[in-house]
Amino acid sequence: MIQLEDVEMQYDNGTKAVRGITLTIQDGEFVFLVGPSGAGKSSLIKLLTGEAMPTFGRVHINGYSVFGVKDPRIPYMRRTLGVVFQDFRLIETKTIRQNLDFVMRAAGAGARDIQQRIPYVLSLVELENKMDCYPAELSGGEQQRAAVARALVNRPSTIIADEPTGNLDPDRSLDLMRLLLKINQMGSTVVVVTHERELVNRFGKRVVTLDEGTVIRDGVGRYVGGRSRVHA
Amino acid sequence: MWGGVPVFTRNFGYFFHEGWLNIFRHRAMSFASAGITAVCLLLMGTFTLIALHIDANLSILEASNEILAFVDENYSREQALELEKKLSAIPNINSVRFITREQALENFIKNHPDEELFQDLEPEIFRDRYALRIGNLENLSETADRIADVTGIDGVNLHEEFTGGLITLRRAATILCAVLTGVLFAASLFIIANTIRLTTFDRREEIAVMRIVGATNGFIRWPFVCEGFLIGLFGALAGFFTQWATYCMAVSWISESDRMRIFEIIPFREVWLPVAGVFLAAGLLTGIGGSLFGIRRFLDF
Repeated sequence: MIQLEDVEMQYDNGTKAVRGITLTIQDGEFVFLVGPSGAGKSSLIKLLTGEAMPTFGRVHINGYSVFGVKDPRIPYMRRTLGVVFQDFRLIETKTIRQNLDFVMRAAGAGARDIQQRIPYVLSLVELENKMDCYPAELSGGEQQRAAVARALVNRPSTIIADEPTGNLDPDRSLDLMRLLLKINQMGSTVVVVTHERELVNRFGKRVVTLDEGTVIRDGVGRYVGGRSRVHA
Repeated sequence: MWGGVPVFTRNFGYFFHEGWLNIFRHRAMSFASAGITAVCLLLMGTFTLIALHIDANLSILEASNEILAFVDENYSREQALELEKKLSAIPNINSVRFITREQALENFIKNHPDEELFQDLEPEIFRDRYALRIGNLENLSETADRIADVTGIDGVNLHEEFTGGLITLRRAATILCAVLTGVLFAASLFIIANTIRLTTFDRREEIAVMRIVGATNGFIRWPFVCEGFLIGLFGALAGFFTQWATYCMAVSWISESDRMRIFEIIPFREVWLPVAGVFLAAGLLTGIGGSLFGIRRFLDF
């Protein structure tokens, strides 16, 4: 479960990126996080991944309440998350298998678990035949699926996808969203940050709309775009 | 803070493999770092071996160095023999040997076999004397003073200037060696730290991904520590074998030189083990220390 209690975040230059957000995402939910540029979506994601700390309020992620960027529990909190980035962030000098291997090792997995888990996860994203390819040898859609596999490989309870379809064409974007839905149906909580209203409207899931650092709407519905225009 | 020994032992092979790969990803910098380490070790080793040889030759000099203490010519043989106990009691004297005037004459004639003039000398012109072996040449002057203070001793013969010069040389070599060691060690540390910084900067995206998936500082740090270890190891090995080669060349040159023959040279087989040990320890310390220093700012905690 993800819980934010009256959270504020202010950067060193005085900009308040997040203002008094109270938000709960239950286990197993699928949530779209939407809003215009500068609404605070990226800042909120940084709070969820422990890359930034709130200047006020509390953030609870899957049983962890971290209190500072130097909190030694942060790595263990991050292991409950799987993050998918817009720019994939696969390691170019490693094959897809090696990309997943080192992520599992970093989380403390043993050799046997690594050997069994990687082929299974790659089959989920339909990349089992591309295991020994380098990222540059894959298409954009395949690279993003590989990134999803990397996010999944440590069995996280929550997947956070930050603009995952940003570099994909509409067909591949739809494929990716369907994959995320499938992962959600398998039990993981999924949070997708996006500005693509067509994708949001297609799936009828919970939509949390941010604007100027606050939640202006939270409910199941459509995202029309522009400020303060979510229609239930 | 370290990510724990279990992290390292479980992923030992992986960390060394990554460290090894990193070396080849930045071949030029890795080669430069190992090379600088080797040069620094070679310089430190050369000065240390020079200091060692000076020390060894001084020790030989100490072992063979004898002070002659002349007995008052008015003393009878019995009185002269009684002085042995007093001389033996002086600190820093390893051995006392009584030389009669007759023996002194014999030695003198032996040392000048071609001088007919000396063949008919009488023993009375020589004095009974004691040949005294000194323990520590650093205290030569003080010891000589004590010998001279013994009643019945009428003069002390020592090569104080030559010995003093060697002592000064030993001190200078020791100090120079210590200063050079410190400076060169710091230089090696700095170079390796910069290499590791370059490696970590080049891999900053990979490190960011490691952090976001929940890697501890130890997991992020170990491959770079292994890389530093390997750079230090290669530098130590290169330095050691170069030292061996230059040492053999120096020995060959010294043994062929007439002037330098008086110096005792320690065979490399007698010093290779401590040299190898020191090179290895210094190389690894530099490599590991440099890598820890270089990666520090990329870690959260």
